[in-house]
Amino acid sequence: MTTYATTPAAPDPAAPLRKGPAAHDGTAVHVRGLVRAFAGRRVIDGLDLDIRPGEFVALLGHSGCGKSTLLRILAGLDRDIEGAVTVPRRRAVAFQAPRLLPWKRVWRNVVLGLPGRADRVLAERYLAEVGLGQRASVWPKTLSGGEAQRVSLARALVRRPDLLLLDEPFGALDALTRSTAQRLVGELWARHDCAVLLVTHDVEEAVLLADRVLVMRDGGIAHEAAVDLPRPRDIGAPPFVALRTALLAQLGVGATGPAAADATA
Amino acid sequence: MSTEEIPAPAQQSTQEAEPAAAPPPVPRTGPAPGSARPDAPQPVTTVPGGVETVRPDHERRRRGIPRPVRRSFGPLGALLLWWLLSRTGALSADTLASPVAVFRRGWDLAADGTLGSAIWVSARRVGEGFLIGALAGTALALLAGLFRLGEDLIDATVGMLRALPWVGLIPLFIVWFGIDETPKIALVVIAVTFPLYFNIYAGIRGVDDQLVEAGRVLGLGRWGLIRHIVLPGALPSALVGLRYALGSAWLALVFAEQINAGNGIGYLMNNAEQFFQTDVIVVCLVVYAVLGLVSDLIVRLATTYLLSWRASFDGA
Repeated sequence: MTTYATTPAAPDPAAPLRKGPAAHDGTAVHVRGLVRAFAGRRVIDGLDLDIRPGEFVALLGHSGCGKSTLLRILAGLDRDIEGAVTVPRRRAVAFQAPRLLPWKRVWRNVVLGLPGRADRVLAERYLAEVGLGQRASVWPKTLSGGEAQRVSLARALVRRPDLLLLDEPFGALDALTRSTAQRLVGELWARHDCAVLLVTHDVEEAVLLADRVLVMRDGGIAHEAAVDLPRPRDIGAPPFVALRTALLAQLGVGATGPAAADATA
Repeated sequence: MSTEEIPAPAQQSTQEAEPAAAPPPVPRTGPAPGSARPDAPQPVTTVPGGVETVRPDHERRRRGIPRPVRRSFGPLGALLLWWLLSRTGALSADTLASPVAVFRRGWDLAADGTLGSAIWVSARRVGEGFLIGALAGTALALLAGLFRLGEDLIDATVGMLRALPWVGLIPLFIVWFGIDETPKIALVVIAVTFPLYFNIYAGIRGVDDQLVEAGRVLGLGRWGLIRHIVLPGALPSALVGLRYALGSAWLALVFAEQINAGNGIGYLMNNAEQFFQTDVIVVCLVVYAVLGLVSDLIVRLATTYLLSWRASFDGA
């Protein structure tokens, strides 16, 4: 049985910026007994997952563990599945590569797919939110990697999603740009109040941003950790380091050196 | 952020303790001369050491001859050689008229209106044939590129017809269409259809699947995907096809006008052939070349404008 809410529908551009939790009560994402097999190999095998409206969930796992497959299923891009999946109608995805259309100017990329005429004012408002209000009319080729990724975020947020799916969106960025982009995502999430599923292989990023961190292994959620740390979080604080170490251990990475020493202190 | 600690390599110390047993150090490029330890193995270097001043581009460009001038050396040299050979008599006027004679003849033909009307007739043939061929090629490519049913029905058929040598179709076209304008235009149509079809088709099928997927996530429907992603994505390839198509359109015209032309550039040429007027023949060849170049230039200008979004290599 596959319960899909429906295909992605574009929001009403005239509606005011939504505040508060998603329209429906209970859960934003509800997955039970999900199975996805590629050529007989079950990459996702009986997976259960709930995400509350407005909750920020990070999904960790080794490459090839199926975390990106899960994200694609939640995005509605992969429907060759068994099990029950319910997701909000309004959802948006930011991929690892920004995937901007090179032949459309930045602002047209942002509002692409929205109903009605391309609304430049709307595009500029969301571009301003990611700090790119001045670059609305340039070609994507002139953007840096970090800027392109921010445009991709603006393009996701302009749809006012109840669920924002982020597939390693900072993976290709350098350390400095990544840190800025992570802070931006934290701020945007706080302002827009949508549920977020962040797929990443970066434990620090997961602990920095998420309410809850999930570790995926053997086709299911193998470990779950709530992050009860006040925001903004200090990556040097002992509880942060302890949690990071614990999660690294879950991923099978034995932490050595000063990090482990701090955690035990 | 990975917390994996990589232990510092201890190679340096072991090397000093037992230099004979240690593996040779990683070669460093360009060591300062004399700085290498005498007992250390000589590192393999491909670039000599020392310093060099990085000269700004604007200083470097000033040296030498400007590129446009440099580029004109080859053609001008060939022209000069031709003139010299004609002048010395090594090249007789019956074999090839001298450039001066060709220029004079061209001037005369242009002055009495012969050349103008011939160009008009020929350009019309190419224009009409190109229009029909472009419509056919584009329509077939869209059907085959966008729909799997279209691909199954069209692609193999076009591929088969493509294998026919189109110059060899001339006799058949004369049987079918007579000797008027129709077989000439039909030949141009054929020459235009195939390059456009193959390039547009390849362009459509070469569109980045990740962009199509992104478009789907953004809520684009089938028509929206085609309009916003597939067609713009196929444009670079389509423009390459357009250049090919125009090139072969003029080529097809040259072939078509060799047979039974009562007017046009080909007619001028055939007439000249009867009287060994090599100067007229060369004038006609030059006109064909110029017309081909002009149409190519138009497409190139259009390409620059239409593909201004593209970040690509401009040549070193």
